Amino acid sequence: MSNLLHVSSSPHIRSQSSTTTLMSDVVIALIPATAWGVYKFGWHAFWLVMACVISSIATEYAYQKLMKRPVTIHDMSAMVTGILLALNLPQTFPIWMAVVGSVFAILVVKQVFGGIGQNFMNPALAARCFLLISFGAQMTDFAVDTVSGATPLALIKNGTGSVEAILAGDKLTVTDLFLGNIGGSMGEISTLMILIGAAYLLIRKVISWRTPVMYLATFTVFMGLFGGRGFDLTYLAAQLCGGGIMLGAFFMATDYATSPITKNGKLVYGVALGLVTGIFRIWSGSAEGVSYAIIFCNLLVPLIEKVTLPRFFGQGVTKNAK
Amino acid sequence: MRRVTFKGGIHPYDGKDLTQDKAIQDISPKSDLVYPLAQHIGAPATPVVAVGDQVLVGQKIAEASSFISANICCSVSGKVKAIEKRLCVNGAMVDSIVVENDGEYNTVEGFGEKRDYTTLSKEEIRAIVKEAGIVGLGGAGFPTNVKITPQNEDGIDYVIVNAAECEPYLTSDYRLILEKTDKLLGGLKIVLSLFPNAKGIIGIEDNKKEAIKVLQAAVENEENIELKVLKTKYPQGGERSLIYATTGRKLNSSLLPADLGCVVNNVATLVAVYEAVCESTPLIKKVITVTGDCVQNPGNFAVRLGTNYNDVIEAAGGFTVQPEKIVSGGPMMGMSLIKTDVPVSKTGSALLTFKKDVVAELETSNCINCGRCVNVCPSGLVPAMMNKAVKQNNMQQFEALNGMECTECGSCSYTCPAKIQLTQAFRVAKRSIIEERRKAK
Repeated sequence: MSNLLHVSSSPHIRSQSSTTTLMSDVVIALIPATAWGVYKFGWHAFWLVMACVISSIATEYAYQKLMKRPVTIHDMSAMVTGILLALNLPQTFPIWMAVVGSVFAILVVKQVFGGIGQNFMNPALAARCFLLISFGAQMTDFAVDTVSGATPLALIKNGTGSVEAILAGDKLTVTDLFLGNIGGSMGEISTLMILIGAAYLLIRKVISWRTPVMYLATFTVFMGLFGGRGFDLTYLAAQLCGGGIMLGAFFMATDYATSPITKNGKLVYGVALGLVTGIFRIWSGSAEGVSYAIIFCNLLVPLIEKVTLPRFFGQGVTKNAK
Repeated sequence: MRRVTFKGGIHPYDGKDLTQDKAIQDISPKSDLVYPLAQHIGAPATPVVAVGDQVLVGQKIAEASSFISANICCSVSGKVKAIEKRLCVNGAMVDSIVVENDGEYNTVEGFGEKRDYTTLSKEEIRAIVKEAGIVGLGGAGFPTNVKITPQNEDGIDYVIVNAAECEPYLTSDYRLILEKTDKLLGGLKIVLSLFPNAKGIIGIEDNKKEAIKVLQAAVENEENIELKVLKTKYPQGGERSLIYATTGRKLNSSLLPADLGCVVNNVATLVAVYEAVCESTPLIKKVITVTGDCVQNPGNFAVRLGTNYNDVIEAAGGFTVQPEKIVSGGPMMGMSLIKTDVPVSKTGSALLTFKKDVVAELETSNCINCGRCVNVCPSGLVPAMMNKAVKQNNMQQFEALNGMECTECGSCSYTCPAKIQLTQAFRVAKRSIIEERRKAK
């Protein structure tokens, strides 16, 4: 036999999953929250999602073509960034500003640092913060039916009396917060829809439970201790369901590139996020704090990874130590 | 029965359906027999025959050249044709003894004579195992007589039979359990007889239902032998995983199993021990699974060592399509062949044929830090970080990340969604570090 066979280093088989399948799963998991936002807010919300997705993908494509790098838009990660950014915007947000945000996310936060896996901040969140700084008024305009309304968290933060009463003043209950019958960024409003997507990711083992569970648990305890309302269940439920923390915990804090790779690191990272988010929500000027908390903790990741290196199998075992 | 296991690991497509119901078939070599002098861990053997000599089945043709080395016995009768470099499974040209088969299969005196191991002393048993050229037949090829001669034989608590056969596609050990149950048990008892305080454990994965039944019946009345059913998961049969699953003891790279009171042998090795000790038959045959999507009749074949793989392929009915890749051993840790014109050695337990080389078609992309490699690593390492260290050629960092603990099981490469060749990178890094250490001495 003269023709030579293929030779390579083992293993000679590979699993079916790829970056594309993982990112596709994230896209699938984002469908409920996205669909709910579009259902609640109408066509403009839909066009916002489309604008973010298309401009994210187009930016990645254009940059890679320009730099003569392999084009990686098929890995779906740009699409994920686009959707996530859209979900972080108020439904009235101008399309052109959304496009600016998408270009910033992909170009400045992701590609300039080397593309997928190399960015040290979550692109969608960094872009959200960029937009908040650049277009503060539009980013906090949660008007529904032309009645400008504050988010439940802002109401609670600035209101007096019981949480129930404050919510009731806006004809809201905690159930509304959970289901998503509230104002807010279009993908953050429905805790239920986010949890459906999160369950899908957990079942498919795309994300680990470690960071989100630790994040939410730490945050809840922190708010109970320092929120000024004690362990008032309505208050804590409103804090969990009324803002960006659910989307943040399951879809942003679990972003691979910007979270620790070690198992214990994921736990530590979750705790750090819970603490920082609590601090921001209680003592900062804004009622929100998830985005800043996550991009701040993104910066801690290398350190967390360093101190949470796992023990290797059989570490410390010596001869005759049975 | 409670299933025991280890942390990490993967569940690849197992492909065992192809051959698990195919009884072991004897095949005869057609062409010259080639015996590489280095087909075990340790120093190459030294030839004790010369070109032109007549040799017999079971005759020692090469001798262990140091403590860690192994004899090689002739598997046919005929004439020594040459002692020269020949291409081997690993792609290297290795000094080999080439024997022209006369087709008579005349044996050496005393070949096949029955012996009762209980009448033999420990030294005699060890000498027989050494003489028979037995090495670990699972793939590593560590000389078995060395393994069963630890410094402190009283300190051995467990003699573990590796019946996991966790590599996909492989069914040779499974067939041996079904067809040579008594010999397997006999081999285990022989090894147990060397260690006064040892208990026998057979570790088998729970996907081998028939074999578990057979073994359960076989050990029913054996007080000193326990059957442990393991979760089906790769690399359950890795030495560290197996010892941990069966005894709870954790082995690391600086220890040998004997340091933790364990002696581990796989099924084929113990059958070989039995045949050497009780049937005066040295290691001259090997059961090989020939499988994959290119052979006409996948099956399990008892092949004489030194047989050309082309003869083995012919016995399996030849190729239905031209394979792109052929692997000696399992798909996770086996070696790919440059060509099939190489001899069967002691360590190859399968010949796997692939119509498509899936690995060659995959494009590697950036690491996305997903952590799947961390989840599957049975050694508790962080492959993604180790790979970064290797890429930066930072061997100190690689060692600091405990890279030397890598067993090269391949789980990280298998699972990586970015299709990064992690295992390969670590293999190269480990070699270079070992080389550096050797130079420094």
